[in-house]
Amino acid sequence: MNDESEKFSPRDRPVINPLYLFRWEDSQQAYVLLYPEGVVKLNDSAGEILKRCDGRTLTELTADLQREFDADAQLVERGVQKFLEESHAKGWIRRQA
Amino acid sequence: MPKDGSVVRLDGQGKPLWLVLELTYRCPLACPWCSNPVDYERYDNELTTEEWKRVLREGRELGALQLGFTGGEPMLRKDLEELVGEAHCLGYYTNLITSGIGLSEARLKALKEAGLNQIQLSIQSSDRAMTDALVGARAFDHKLKAARLIKAYGFPMVLNVPVFRQNIELAGDILAMAEDIGVDYLEFANIQYYNWAMVNRNELLPTREQLQRAETVVREARKRLGGKMTIYFVIPDYYEERPKACMNGWGSIHLTIAPDGAALPCQESRLITGLAFPTVREKSLAWLWNESPTFRKFRGTDWMKEPCASCDEKERDFGGCRCQALLLTGDAANTDPACARSPHHHLILEAVARAGDPSRSHEPLVMRRATQAEVDIALG
Repeated sequence: MNDESEKFSPRDRPVINPLYLFRWEDSQQAYVLLYPEGVVKLNDSAGEILKRCDGRTLTELTADLQREFDADAQLVERGVQKFLEESHAKGWIRRQA
Repeated sequence: MPKDGSVVRLDGQGKPLWLVLELTYRCPLACPWCSNPVDYERYDNELTTEEWKRVLREGRELGALQLGFTGGEPMLRKDLEELVGEAHCLGYYTNLITSGIGLSEARLKALKEAGLNQIQLSIQSSDRAMTDALVGARAFDHKLKAARLIKAYGFPMVLNVPVFRQNIELAGDILAMAEDIGVDYLEFANIQYYNWAMVNRNELLPTREQLQRAETVVREARKRLGGKMTIYFVIPDYYEERPKACMNGWGSIHLTIAPDGAALPCQESRLITGLAFPTVREKSLAWLWNESPTFRKFRGTDWMKEPCASCDEKERDFGGCRCQALLLTGDAANTDPACARSPHHHLILEAVARAGDPSRSHEPLVMRRATQAEVDIALG
C-alpha cells in the first residue's frame, strides 16, 4: 500500500479525477459521474461532497457541509472521510498537488 | 446532512442510457472479425446530418447519457465534428470509437474543440506486420501515431484490443505498448462470434490454454500497475459455461441506430431473421424504444422458455444473447447455448473442439471486403 490510499488529512485538497465528468443530470434528478463507457448515479450526500471537491481543503469542505446542512461536526467528518477514501479507491478523486 | 456515500449504478429505469450511432458501415479496413452485417453493402442510404441531429435531440429527451459514435469508420463522415458539437451541447458524454484511420491532427483538434469527451482506439497487436495483415491495410503506423496524438490532446483514452488466436500470445507486448503510450484503459476484448467473426470462427477462436496464459499476464500487470492503467479482460463466453448478460438485457438500457436509421437493441441484432427493424425515418425514437414490437419482444423475462424461465440466474444474465441463440440454435427465444444449462450447449463445445483440433486443415481468413459469394462459401 502506498501513501495514496491513506486517510485524507485536513489540508488535502480532493479534486475530481480529470478522466471523470461530474455534473447534475436532470433526467435522473441526481449528480452523475460520466467516464469512458460508464455512468455512476450518485446519491444526495455523495453528490454534495463531490460538488465540493473543487480544490478547497478537506477542512473547508467539511465546514461548508456543516454550515449548509446544519449537521453534527463529528458525523460529517466521519462520513466525508469514509466517502473520500472509497472514492479515491475507485479512482474518482485525487489529491491536488 | 451527508451520510456515508453509498453509490448505486444506474439500472436505467426504462431509459436508453446508452445511445450508439453507427454513422456508416463504410470502412477502409477489412477486419475479418468485423461486427457489421456480412451484407453491409445493402445499407447504403446513410442518414443525413440533419437526421442524425434529430436522433440526438430525441435521444436526450428519452434520457440517454452516454453516446457512442462508431461505424464502420466514423471518421469517414465529414460531419462528425458537427455531430459531436451538437451532442456536446445537448449534454451527452461523447465517445468516439475509431480505427484511427483518418484521425489527423487537424480533425483531432476540431473534435476537441467540439467537445468530444473520450476516444476508443482499436489496435490489433504490438507488431506492425501482424497488425497490417490482420486488418488488410498498412494501418499500424497510423494507429500508433493516432494514439500518441490522442494523449497529446489530453483525451481520456481506451485502447481496445480485439482478442483472438492470432494475437493473444502478444498480450504482454501489447501491455507494454499501452503503458508506453500512456493509455488510461486497456481493453482486451475477446471477440464475439457473429457476422464476420462467425464466418472465421474456426480460425479465430483461441484455445483455453491460450486464454489462461493471457489472463495470467493481465493479472500480473494489474498488480504491477495499480491504478495507473485500468485493464479490462472480456472473457469469451464460449469458455464460461454461463452466458454474458448481453446488453444488460434486451431493450433495457441500450439503443443502437444503424447507418440507415434502423433502431436496434444491439449492434448485431439485425441478423435475427423474422424481426422488423423500423427506422428513425419512419418513426420517432420514443416509439421505437417504447412501443416497437422488436424492442418489446425480449424485454424483461416473460418471453423466456425453459430452462431460463425457471432459472434462479435469469435476472443476472437475462438468458444471454438473443443473436447467439438465433445463430446457433435457430430460435432467438432459446437459452443462449453458451450456458451449460442449455440443451444446445453441445454446439458450443463442438465449436471449441473443432477450432482446436490439431489435425484440422487451416483456411485463410475471409476479409471483410470479400464478396458475398466468398462469404457464403465460408459459412457453408
